[in-house]
Amino acid sequence: MRPLTLTRLLLRCGILAAILFTVVVLALKLGAVQVSLYGLTRDLIQVLLGHSNNISSDYVLIVLNIRLPRILLAIAVGASLSVAGVSFQALLRNPLADPYVLGISTGAAVGSIIALIVENQLNLAPEYAGLITPFGAFLGAALTIAAVYLLGRRDGQVDSNTLLLGGIITASFLAAVVTFLMSTLAGSNLRGASYWLMGSLSTLPPKSLLYLLAVGFLLAAGAIYTTASDLNLLLAGEKEAMHLGVDVPRVRIVVYLAASILTGLAVSVSGAIGYVGLLVPHVMRLIFGSDHRMLLPASALGGAIALVLADTVARTLVAPSELSVGAVTAMVGAPFFIYLLRRRIA
Amino acid sequence: MSSALRHPLPGDASRATPDVRLSVEQVSYAYAPNPSQAPLFTLEAMSFQAKPGELVAILGPNASGKSTLLKLISGALEPLSGRIFLNGFETHSLPVKTRAQRIALVQQESRLLFPARAWEFVMQGRHPYGGGLRFESEEDILIANNALAQVGATQLADRWMDKISGGEKQRIILARALAQQPLLLLLDEPTLHLDIGAQVDLLESLRRLAAQNRYTVVVVTHELNLAGEYADQVVLLQRGKCLRVGPPATVLQREILEQVFQAPLTVEITPSGRPRVTLFSNK
Repeated sequence: MRPLTLTRLLLRCGILAAILFTVVVLALKLGAVQVSLYGLTRDLIQVLLGHSNNISSDYVLIVLNIRLPRILLAIAVGASLSVAGVSFQALLRNPLADPYVLGISTGAAVGSIIALIVENQLNLAPEYAGLITPFGAFLGAALTIAAVYLLGRRDGQVDSNTLLLGGIITASFLAAVVTFLMSTLAGSNLRGASYWLMGSLSTLPPKSLLYLLAVGFLLAAGAIYTTASDLNLLLAGEKEAMHLGVDVPRVRIVVYLAASILTGLAVSVSGAIGYVGLLVPHVMRLIFGSDHRMLLPASALGGAIALVLADTVARTLVAPSELSVGAVTAMVGAPFFIYLLRRRIA
Repeated sequence: MSSALRHPLPGDASRATPDVRLSVEQVSYAYAPNPSQAPLFTLEAMSFQAKPGELVAILGPNASGKSTLLKLISGALEPLSGRIFLNGFETHSLPVKTRAQRIALVQQESRLLFPARAWEFVMQGRHPYGGGLRFESEEDILIANNALAQVGATQLADRWMDKISGGEKQRIILARALAQQPLLLLLDEPTLHLDIGAQVDLLESLRRLAAQNRYTVVVVTHELNLAGEYADQVVLLQRGKCLRVGPPATVLQREILEQVFQAPLTVEITPSGRPRVTLFSNK
């Protein structure tokens, strides 16, 4: 008997954070323009010491102003999607739940697009302009998950297969709505349909939105983390959890809202990037077990690592052109989904 | 007296008489899929009481209301009328966490979504004593180990829950309930899917645990003879009606059992004063 201790939790998170740091340095180095590892380290130290004027302006432009913000965006989006994935898996008691597979991300994309159209009509001051989008995305995510949940219910119980099928149909319907909106109502400044449907980290959102993303992630993931032990019991079933002292309705509403916020925020800045919320939690479960006190922070860090890696591949594989990051995650994620599905049926 | 020391519960003296722990008072229930329809199932008003250390068996044919009665006692359902008291507190109005510290429910085996080890499962029983983010203390580990030892499953601690037998799993689920340190232990058909040896083992350990830890144990079961052999009180239900309550020998009698179960049978009293029911074919 070896229950999780705070020391072990911090140690494991420390190792993951070190891997994340290594991946970030690698991602800073790689790209269409070559940067030496030595030069990079030297310059990063200069920046940390506050001597940023000693660095050549090419480096500043490419490494610090283009690559670094994009990597930070990948970290925030990857962590959000993974934590959302863990949350939906526990909430719906379905190991195959993922914001993308269930159509929640596409719902958030529809919400974002509608919010963008509304924003264009409102003539807001530029500093507030971007802020309606994440709210629209949150509403889109929250409504979609509610709809999928209702579709997945049969005789008052959530049926795993009906839920998945309902989610996939919803995703396909909402993708059609995205295409419709893009080709009729939207102006030219709304990015393409492929951005929303596949996801991309190539356009950096306004600073205000980035701050909102960071703060929103910390608050929503923090709220979910306060229910970590409850989620462990919720996996055994809602009635059983109740008899073990879990306030089920409260946990359900906290996790539902917070996971919708995470999905909404991530989609509003990067479109619907798929399978991160499925793949990362499963890999983390294999390594660390299914205790949510460990699984949630591990998935946040793992999601960040995975998306920084995926985006680096997307940037460099066909350089100087680039792939959509969602295409990279889907190429790895979709076969993994099939593997999980087969194993569950077997 | 010793039980009061083990579980000090301040402020509950008003209704509790010293040796009554569970008191079911004129409790009834009706289930309807929606409020406008006539109820599909009703439980007529019934009453009984149980003391610390007592084992109560709820018997009856399918759809007689056994599980509903157990859910009412557990506090998960609210009675339509009447009240259920545990040490003077109404079970339904206790906060979820407090309720889980006092009432443990062993249900027909739970399905796990992700693999877990037996000790992790038992440790879930400590959840009502901590918050969402609490880490298990030395005391929790001690209590969980003790619970495993009490059901004779210490050697199973590190095994995976999906790799052990039905009887072993049932013991682990019971150990989790013991880790809750309850006053009231409820079991819903715990002998289902167990072979006869495992059934006797389980009832023997319930009997022993009730005596040692002063639990009040309520078991829903189909096994007339196990109830006759091990229960202090038997509650006999038929179609939502409580026909008899009392010691096994006064409830398990031929006429009433034949009428309730619609099967010819004989009842003999063993040398220990326990009834033994034998079914026979009337062909």
